[in-house]
Amino acid sequence: MINLLAAILSAGMRSGTSLLFATVGEIHAERAGVLNLGVEGMMLMGAMTGYGVTHLTGSPWLGLIGGMLAGGSLALLHGFASLVLRADQVVSGLALTFLGSGLSAVLGAPLVEIRQVPRLPTWTIPVLSDIPFLGPVLFDHSAVVFLGYLLIPLTWYFIYRTRPGLELRAIGENPAAADAQGIRVMRLRILHVTYGGLLAGIGGATLSLAVTPTWIDNLTAGQGWIAVGLVIFAGWDPVRAALGSYLFGALRRLPLDLQNFSYFKSNPALGHFTNMLPYLATILMLLFASSALLRRKFGAPAALGTPYVREGKGG
Amino acid sequence: MTLVVNISPPSNPAPDDVMVQMQGICKSFPGVVANDNVDLEVARGNVHAILGENGAGKSTLMHILSGLYRPTAGDIWVEGVLRHFSAPLDAIEAGIGMVHQHFMLAETLTVAENVILGDRSLGLRITPTQIQETVAALAAETGMDVDPDAYIWQLSVGEQQRVEIIKMLYRGARLLILDEPTAVLVPQERTQLFRQVRRMAMAGHTILFISHKLDEVMTLADMVTVMRAGKVVATVPTQETSQEELVRMMVGRPVLFDFEKVPVDIGDTCLRLEKLQVRNERGVVAVKGVSLEVRAGEILGIAGVAGNGQGELAEAITGLRPASQGKVEIEGLDTTHSTTREIIDAGVAYVPPDRQRTGTAPNLTLIQNLALKDYRTAQPGQFMSRSQQAQRAADLIEKYDVIAASPEMPARLLSGGNLQKLILARELSAPIRVLIASSPTRGLDIGAIESVQKTLLAQKAQGLAILLISEDLDEILALSDRVAVMYEGELRGPLDAAGIDVEAVGLMMAGSSDNLQST
Amino acid sequence: MATQSASRRWSLPQIALEPRTQQSWSVNAGLTLGLLLLALALGGIVILLAGGNPFVVYRNMLVAAFGTKWGISDTLVKSTPLILATLGVSLAFRMRLWNIGAEGQLLLGALCTTGVALHVVTPETPGVLAILLMALAGFAGGAAWGFVPGWFKAQFGVNEIISSLMLNYVAQSLLNFFVFGPWSERGFGQTPMFPRNSWMPRLTDFADTFPIVRGMTVHGGLLLALLAFAILFVVVRSSKFGFEITLAGDNPEAARYAGIHLRRLTIYIMTLSGGLAGLAGMSEVAGVSHRLINSVSPGYGFTAIIVAWLARLDPLGALWVAFLFGGLLVGADEISSAGIAQLMQGIILFVMVSGGLLLRYRIRFHGTGAKATGIEA
Repeated sequence: MINLLAAILSAGMRSGTSLLFATVGEIHAERAGVLNLGVEGMMLMGAMTGYGVTHLTGSPWLGLIGGMLAGGSLALLHGFASLVLRADQVVSGLALTFLGSGLSAVLGAPLVEIRQVPRLPTWTIPVLSDIPFLGPVLFDHSAVVFLGYLLIPLTWYFIYRTRPGLELRAIGENPAAADAQGIRVMRLRILHVTYGGLLAGIGGATLSLAVTPTWIDNLTAGQGWIAVGLVIFAGWDPVRAALGSYLFGALRRLPLDLQNFSYFKSNPALGHFTNMLPYLATILMLLFASSALLRRKFGAPAALGTPYVREGKGG
Repeated sequence: MTLVVNISPPSNPAPDDVMVQMQGICKSFPGVVANDNVDLEVARGNVHAILGENGAGKSTLMHILSGLYRPTAGDIWVEGVLRHFSAPLDAIEAGIGMVHQHFMLAETLTVAENVILGDRSLGLRITPTQIQETVAALAAETGMDVDPDAYIWQLSVGEQQRVEIIKMLYRGARLLILDEPTAVLVPQERTQLFRQVRRMAMAGHTILFISHKLDEVMTLADMVTVMRAGKVVATVPTQETSQEELVRMMVGRPVLFDFEKVPVDIGDTCLRLEKLQVRNERGVVAVKGVSLEVRAGEILGIAGVAGNGQGELAEAITGLRPASQGKVEIEGLDTTHSTTREIIDAGVAYVPPDRQRTGTAPNLTLIQNLALKDYRTAQPGQFMSRSQQAQRAADLIEKYDVIAASPEMPARLLSGGNLQKLILARELSAPIRVLIASSPTRGLDIGAIESVQKTLLAQKAQGLAILLISEDLDEILALSDRVAVMYEGELRGPLDAAGIDVEAVGLMMAGSSDNLQST
Repeated sequence: MATQSASRRWSLPQIALEPRTQQSWSVNAGLTLGLLLLALALGGIVILLAGGNPFVVYRNMLVAAFGTKWGISDTLVKSTPLILATLGVSLAFRMRLWNIGAEGQLLLGALCTTGVALHVVTPETPGVLAILLMALAGFAGGAAWGFVPGWFKAQFGVNEIISSLMLNYVAQSLLNFFVFGPWSERGFGQTPMFPRNSWMPRLTDFADTFPIVRGMTVHGGLLLALLAFAILFVVVRSSKFGFEITLAGDNPEAARYAGIHLRRLTIYIMTLSGGLAGLAGMSEVAGVSHRLINSVSPGYGFTAIIVAWLARLDPLGALWVAFLFGGLLVGADEISSAGIAQLMQGIILFVMVSGGLLLRYRIRFHGTGAKATGIEA
């Protein structure tokens, strides 16, 4: 039983890592005041490109970088459309998701035939991985999981303890104030949106290179949207985002793991309902987080979703 | 009187005691010329006022000087050096800092974080304790008391203004621009600000402040530049001019706000509040047991600095916010828990404080905006008559003198004054018994203020019960029959407006505990 | 000024925007056409990258969709659910309620319709009654699926984008459960055929009387869609309810101020919006497949979002754009690549959304150099 739990949690960490990257990426974008609903599309492009580059070069690391760049390019598009061209951020983000799914489906069509590419290496940390229970759950994983571990404290430190982090918080809260202090709001916003896309790309590549190492159409199955929900749940904080990501990673794995139980084996129809779990849980999580938000005044960055234009018709 | 209209030509290097010279500044926005060939010279260590009506181009000129806008034409010399500002940072680096009317502070950051925001010399790493110490030291040095560890949203308006000033001094500002600095302050905070401004001038800083209030210009400034319609009318030392002369330069004609308070027969009670208690969105009690009565043919004025519960009070009466305790009665009918729609139908009109955000739908046409309240009742059944709406809109636009290109234009294209007239036209055209008017003249130019105020008095004469909420004490005193003050959610007064002690009302607004008794 | 330009650090191009004071029809039409061509060109580049010849691909798609009367009939068949779902989505979007759960609402509509067709309708039921019952069930199923995010939004402030989207996946799982489980035909992902009296009539059914319509599969769902269009057209343009939606969409604060009960309106609109998408699902199973299949929708609910946006949330526009996108789906079927349809939709939407600025403003780029002196923003 303990072993099974360890296996579920371990798989959850791995699957949660892709959510973690996407969620932290979206935190960057939203902290900067830009809502990017294209996470799903960026993850899909990241997953497809990661798989494709790995297939072409034989190096999953190059694949990871390729996926990252693919996600980043899409995010840059969103930044350009919503910030420079001032398109509606909601619609532009939706368009990005459509674009990402379509582009990954067309360009990735030949990749569906390829059943296997080299995976990212698995690192087993000596000593630590021998700790009972925790060892296999935390310290025996694909390399990208460890990158995720690194990302959490780094992001926290960046946001709360560095000057660029302070600037990030300021441009999402009051861009006019930041602008008056000489911070280049537009440039920073584009940078953070793009950085968010790079992370979402890594998140996608994590899926195709470590979690479910394969490429099929619509591989992400809504994970990008779950990430958008997790950002709210996390209150735009990277540490809470990590907790949420790993939790949802485990939840996503649950239907697969439950199939091993004889009860579920004899009732395969139940699988349709366990499949719903992550999605229903996302709604419940939002229900919980939103009613909490309603009670607090400060939650979302105050300028989230609103374009900043310096010059109006002033008097 | 000496008019210093022409300033020394740029070919002469500015003398040491000139802080800033602006020359031939022009700035146009689509359809508007905000600054038209403006010259300005400010001496070092001076307190220099820019005086003008709303829309005279004062703010635009200062936004150009602080690097927020770029001039269409013209040059700026700072301490004798020709400067081109393409962003606020350039102005900051030249030693110019601006305190905006709407404070440029990020609410969820601390005082210290706001102060150091944008300082690139700090390096990448920021330690909270270290920046707090820096800011505390600066605050102590300048005599501006504020807790560097506090979050901005925890501070009073006066404290936030101090943070703004500290922020500019931290960035090495030698010229401070203050945009209408007293607009948001209570009299006591104003006095404190004046002392601080003087102190900074003594220390060698130059202060430029924008104002449309004559008394504070006369009290505080050494020099005053008067602007009208985008141009400089004159620059004079305050010692050599008078309020009357400044007014004439400002508006081009003498203006006297002297309304005849026509005695009106006071009728029955139309609006009655009984121990009304209202919570704000954070759950804090913002209105603490307010009781009052407004009768037909009467204006009850509620003075007070914004944020003392007036907004919540108005919203509770109009059904936009639930009352947590107490009672609201409209002509004897209990509407405490009625919906907004029921209260509208009971004959309550509301002029909200925020014209754009609450009072109108920006992208809908004037016709649609004028139909906001009566779209349900104008026509029976489920459908509306477009021609009827258009006809009514045309009538109202004419009657209330709304200047608009077409009734089909979106409301967002109207100027503030015309938008306010549009709202008044809509609210007053229905068969109403009670009017709640919140800051009805804020941000309007003098002509529009006069027109709005006259409309209110005319409605009162016809037997309307008006609850007037305003931060502008002069307006309250000019229009009201009785005056009350709101401070921290409590209502003080009301008192008869005749023979009221203005000083004492000012004290009440600032929270003096003496509850003023009727004189 | 030249020194300033040279000394300026790297910065984004300065763009001067002048609002277009007058909306000229010809400029609008020209720009829209230009943007469409741009989208086609971008799509062509991707097709080229994927190893196809864009001209051949586009021509085949065009011929398949609009080249023959059967092609046009197929296009109309695909347009039918699009129109219904688009009308629903636009209704919500008008109030700035981002219902992107039309796909799930459509699936639920199809599911409930199927329940009625298989378990309520008997071979003796009059056809009209059967269709009516199924339409009610379809509407109710979609409405329920729209009600949930609407209620959560109104009551608890839950972001409707995410909740409505999540419900898409839940709907698909629920549908899978039924078509693979209780209602399955021999364990395949489909139900048995519906009784004949619950099929919506098709044009080709009248081929004996009018030979010209032989093989044309346009079905009664199109009439349903046109009826829904007519109702919404009137409601949106001149009813009090329509005014409330428009007002709430433009400024919710002003709507509250005008006495509109926002929460209630939010729930109504999301429910109605879902119901219309549910009707799209009903129309598909009752008019096209005559049984429920696990892949009943190739993403009509998502395409509807794009159609709604391109039609600027206008019911009349929805008809035309839905027809064009129906053609796109038929064309994509012809070259058997669902990806192409998705990709083109993505590109078109993105180009149009980005290009929206051109319709609202004149743009002047402020370059560097001598001319930069004066006019800039």
